[in-house]
Amino acid sequence: MDRFVWTNGLLEMNETLVIQQRGVRLYDGEDKAKLDVGVVLLSTHRLLWRDQKNNECCICIPLSQVIFFEEQAAGIGKSAKIVVHLHPVLENKEPGPYQQSKYSYIKLSFKEHGQIEFYRRLTEEMTQKRWENTPVSQPIPTGVGPKAGRTRAVGIVGIERKLEEKRKETDKNISEAFEDLSKLMEKAKEMVEVSKSIANKIKDKQGDITEDETIRFKSYLLSMGIANPVTRETHGSGTQYHIQLAKQLGDILQAPLEERGGMMALTEVYCLVNRARGMELLSPEDLVNACKMFESLKLPLRLRVFDSGVMVVQLQSHSEEEMIASALDNVSDKGSLTAEEFAKLLGLSVLLAKERLLLAEKMGHLCRDDSVEGLRFYPNLF
Amino acid sequence: MSFEWPWQYNFPPFFTLQPNVDTRQKQLAAWCSLVLSFCRHRKLYTLDVLEAQESPVFNNKKIERKLSVEAIQVVFEELRKKGNLEWLDKNKSRCLIMWRRPEEWGKLIYQWVSKNGMVNSVFTLYELSNGDDTEKEEFHGLEDWMLLRSLQALQAEGKAEMITMDDGKGVKFF
Repeated sequence: MDRFVWTNGLLEMNETLVIQQRGVRLYDGEDKAKLDVGVVLLSTHRLLWRDQKNNECCICIPLSQVIFFEEQAAGIGKSAKIVVHLHPVLENKEPGPYQQSKYSYIKLSFKEHGQIEFYRRLTEEMTQKRWENTPVSQPIPTGVGPKAGRTRAVGIVGIERKLEEKRKETDKNISEAFEDLSKLMEKAKEMVEVSKSIANKIKDKQGDITEDETIRFKSYLLSMGIANPVTRETHGSGTQYHIQLAKQLGDILQAPLEERGGMMALTEVYCLVNRARGMELLSPEDLVNACKMFESLKLPLRLRVFDSGVMVVQLQSHSEEEMIASALDNVSDKGSLTAEEFAKLLGLSVLLAKERLLLAEKMGHLCRDDSVEGLRFYPNLF
Repeated sequence: MSFEWPWQYNFPPFFTLQPNVDTRQKQLAAWCSLVLSFCRHRKLYTLDVLEAQESPVFNNKKIERKLSVEAIQVVFEELRKKGNLEWLDKNKSRCLIMWRRPEEWGKLIYQWVSKNGMVNSVFTLYELSNGDDTEKEEFHGLEDWMLLRSLQALQAEGKAEMITMDDGKGVKFF
């Protein structure tokens, strides 16, 4: 509260009133200020407070003194508050209601509500910082010079401004550098449109184009990566590429799967494989299609889809019952577990841990406790 | 005599409607019997859904768990299917709880009547539910609507007959 200064409450030339709210009591940190309930006013430049019963009593603080502020929800018998954290006292500060304070924050207690709108407006003003554009001279009860407004531009605000300018510069540089890429992207878009129209033409004119031409067009499309409507239907038989890829995955994934207890989410597989390849990265579609071939190629891996849609690759030798039994043991041990706790316990990802718990619940071994604290699983004692 | 809560009452998952069908069936069965025994203990004959939310039955402050409104509705529907609950209004905001079915009440009343050799006498409804003689009986304090249904059940069995008297209803036992 020692940052506040006495004021006559009149607005300066470039200063505009943004919002005011009655029924506000000020707090110096945690203690009630030795002032009554009053009206709090927010202007483009300052935060003011006037005593409701005695209009002569008016104090203010420049918005530049505010570091940050936060809401404090209402409680039983307590009104909602906004806590305003302030910069340290300035040396040449005007006299105010408090000479000193052990707190560096104040609170506005809204006894007649209005805190939501006030908070919103305060946020706006603090973001826009309109006082920087139109610095006003300090209200002059004791004739301090106009420079006082300017000096606040140096210091933390000045540093922040410099950082902001630097950031804008970097932004501009980067956009310039990528200008060429965006031109390329536009060209690529045109290419895609062309190939799509060709694909449609093939679909429509089936029978009018000769075998040769069709094959030629199809190969063009494949090389561009466009899904040809014709081959999509015959997708079940798979392409050579996917078959080879599946075999390769079978080799690569053995060790990692065993490390992770026999199961990995498809996203983990994607990251692992692409990181290993370095170049010629796989697309997600290629990965999924390759994984779908595991069974038909008699590889020891399987692609599995859970009810929730999560896809995992698991070792064929992976035993579901074992997993569930061990899950039940873990939960019983600890009384109850959340998915996060279970994941930590087993060194699994949270996603897989949750799937396992859900599966156990489906089998009737676990039951759930859904509350504001989160989702916990208990052994099914029912 | 204080109410004895069943073990499920202190088990947090009891207050979450279980997705697993088998588990849910067991859970609902436990809830039904809890609601009925609670109402029997407190001699509650009607329940208001909004009030029920705050009642200790559905709200265990000790473990900070309470049954959601949807779940309460499911429990009530279960009770209704079993014949222990009847809705008083279309909006399903108030209901009658019959922790003892009318036939069972009728049986108790008839037993008392015959035990005291008062067969063939006429009683007013008030005498039965609030009379000094019936103070020690379980059906003492039985609400009118329930008493009426119980007597009607007896009437259907031919053990009683409802009579309209000058100042109200009465019943004669055979």
